[in-house]
Amino acid sequence: MPITHPNLRLTRLDGAIPAWLGEIKPGDLLPICQNVSGGGGRLLALWGSDAREQGRGCDTLPAEPADCGSSRIAPPPAPEGCAPPCRGRGFALHVALVNEAGLICLSMALDAVQPVYPDISRIFPAASRMQRAAYDMLGIYAQENHDHRKWVRHAAWHGGSFPLRKDFETSPHLNPLPQAGEEATVPSLLEGGKQSEGALLTDAQSRDPLSNSLGETTSHSTRLQETAAKSLVIPQAGERTNEKGNLESLEPDAYPFVQVEGQGVHEIPVGPVHAGTIEPGHFRFSVVGEKVLRLEERFGYTHKGIEKRFESLTLQQGAKLAGRVSGDSTVAYAWAYAMAAESIAAVTPPDRALWLRALFLERERIANHLGDLGYLGNDVALSFGFAQFWILKEQLMRNNAVLFGHRYLMDQIIPGGVAVDLAESDMQTLRDECAMLEREARLLRGIYEEHAGVQDRFIGAGRVEPKLAAQLGLCGLAGRASAQAWDARVQFPCAPYDKLDVQMATYRNGDVAARVIVRFDELFESLRLQREILANLIHGDDLARPIEKLPGNGFGIGMVEGWRGEVLVAIHTDAQGNLTRVHPHDPSWQNWPVLEHAVLGNIVPDFPLINKSFNLSYSGQDL
Amino acid sequence: MYQILKQIIKTGIQTEAAPLPDDSMRVETKRLQEGILHVFGGALNIRHVDAGSCNGCELEIHAVNNAYYNIEGLGIKFVASPRHADMLLVTGPVSRHMVTALQRTYDATPEPKLVVAIGDCGCDGGIFCSNDGSPDGGGESYASCGKVANVIPVDVAVSGCPPTPAAILQGILTAISAQKKE
Repeated sequence: MPITHPNLRLTRLDGAIPAWLGEIKPGDLLPICQNVSGGGGRLLALWGSDAREQGRGCDTLPAEPADCGSSRIAPPPAPEGCAPPCRGRGFALHVALVNEAGLICLSMALDAVQPVYPDISRIFPAASRMQRAAYDMLGIYAQENHDHRKWVRHAAWHGGSFPLRKDFETSPHLNPLPQAGEEATVPSLLEGGKQSEGALLTDAQSRDPLSNSLGETTSHSTRLQETAAKSLVIPQAGERTNEKGNLESLEPDAYPFVQVEGQGVHEIPVGPVHAGTIEPGHFRFSVVGEKVLRLEERFGYTHKGIEKRFESLTLQQGAKLAGRVSGDSTVAYAWAYAMAAESIAAVTPPDRALWLRALFLERERIANHLGDLGYLGNDVALSFGFAQFWILKEQLMRNNAVLFGHRYLMDQIIPGGVAVDLAESDMQTLRDECAMLEREARLLRGIYEEHAGVQDRFIGAGRVEPKLAAQLGLCGLAGRASAQAWDARVQFPCAPYDKLDVQMATYRNGDVAARVIVRFDELFESLRLQREILANLIHGDDLARPIEKLPGNGFGIGMVEGWRGEVLVAIHTDAQGNLTRVHPHDPSWQNWPVLEHAVLGNIVPDFPLINKSFNLSYSGQDL
Repeated sequence: MYQILKQIIKTGIQTEAAPLPDDSMRVETKRLQEGILHVFGGALNIRHVDAGSCNGCELEIHAVNNAYYNIEGLGIKFVASPRHADMLLVTGPVSRHMVTALQRTYDATPEPKLVVAIGDCGCDGGIFCSNDGSPDGGGESYASCGKVANVIPVDVAVSGCPPTPAAILQGILTAISAQKKE
């Protein structure tokens, strides 16, 4: 057992990684998190699900009392696999924690009318944005949370409705597109009778028992208490309850950034459309001269409804969508999704498929490290580095296209196995490529390390001390550059990593230079792994044990060490075995808040360099 | 310095021939007068806008800048501001949260301007939206407006998930080339 607690009964989940599932009462969440945190564990992900009776597919299990067993321990799990917890009661909160023993998935039932749970961001600061997103998407609320501003929601839907609820209208006509030239506005509930879109909202409201009117309140704390007492439409910062008790926005898509005041302080707003070819997001710098006093991030711009979209897809279509959560990590997501599905179906893919998956994952890591090392050179005005590394990356991409049919290996991992084989005659191409990359990258590493101008910019820039990294839960390659020794391939080696003896790259300095060193080390380690995989690739024609349909009422989780960090996918199925909730989790959730700290005290022109050294995903966290 | 020069000489010139324009990529024909295209010549400034993509198309747009495709060698470059741009290269299904930013970027780009939509999602909303003609279909969802042409006028659309660098380059060249006479 990874942890012990008197009110916690864990059940081991089937599957490739050590994972346990336990159902708890919300009141036990804090002590258990404290327990895991005290033992050096971390928060991996937090998400909610709608398990209310009216939802489609939630109608077969008898309703249980809403208070989810006030004094008893969690019910024993179903004999086959694990029943998705808390079904048919209300909402559910799911928290995935990790410690050295493995993954601990906690589920707790929340009330259908008052879906509140204790705030865990004091224990795991990374939880804060996940909790805010869980409110935006599902309307479940972390009590006592000091920051209750909206996170993923801007103006596409109004604050009283929640896209991941089963009774949410997905029709685009509910939230009309703002006309050209018109500001995107949050339609006010107050105006319900006057505006045409408002009329629709009121219509939706009347069907949603949670959208009751709020009473007029005076102070912040009483407002929250009364809100909690009456219903769960929380006025977030930038909104207020008006005299009729409805939510309204103070200004279009208002988002209150924390302001820094003082002589000579000014703000630099950057984005969402950036100067380079990167994803959209907003950065608000408060600076004195060139020096950054504060950075605040605002994301959600690429929110395109991925989690809701999963609910209408089959298992196979879902695999394609999972591969497009973040395009640069398509292999990691597709594998994590397949791993979760295989856990529910209790299927083990053929050995050859597992070895090919590892080959794909390492090739994805090599490609991304090559690309980023090139851009890191470019960002310090060594365009030679960009030219050279991108020639290497392009050759890798072209080999992918010729040998596996896709430059980024999209859709090549399917639930149950892989979709493409590697011909015996093509193995030599990969061996030659490996030797070429090794030779060239070593030469380029020498040039980077001896280049005074490059090192001057790299060393000391964007430093994250190991202590801060541990506190904030920095993970993945950025974490390893700040002495956070976590690598799922090493700690929880699923096949074939159990036979590969992966060497983890760690470094203590936590600056851009350290992240460059870790990238180089991981690049060479991945090249070594690729050679090992080619040498040990098990022969066979069997590439997949296809899974037609998942068993009903299942829950499965998959975790893969992508190039950026741990990628996690959780799948819940309904009674018919359809995808009822799929939650993909990107390591960027943990690492974006740390970037706000890394940039402090640096100069604004170093931000692109520091940002690139992390290279976090926008799409992966906006979903 | 010696190592750098040696490596540059050893690498040599990798650039390949650029693809020819392909009229089948055109969405709106002859939006710009051929005379104006002549004024553009081959030189073009591009502003890229990610309007909600998964980052896959961005990777391939980066690759267009590598030595094999060498887009700058053709006189085409990416610029930091729409005010400096002749063309917008737009990816993604347009997320509702990016509509305002995309419209403002389009408005900030001086006339005459061209728009090239990149990727399956930019062409029809892609996998993120239902395209089956149901009430929820049409490439739109609560969070996504679907194809780029739903929000701003599009001259050329390049399909693919993601489209290859060669296809992106071909789309850009198609937009700035005069349409073939029927």
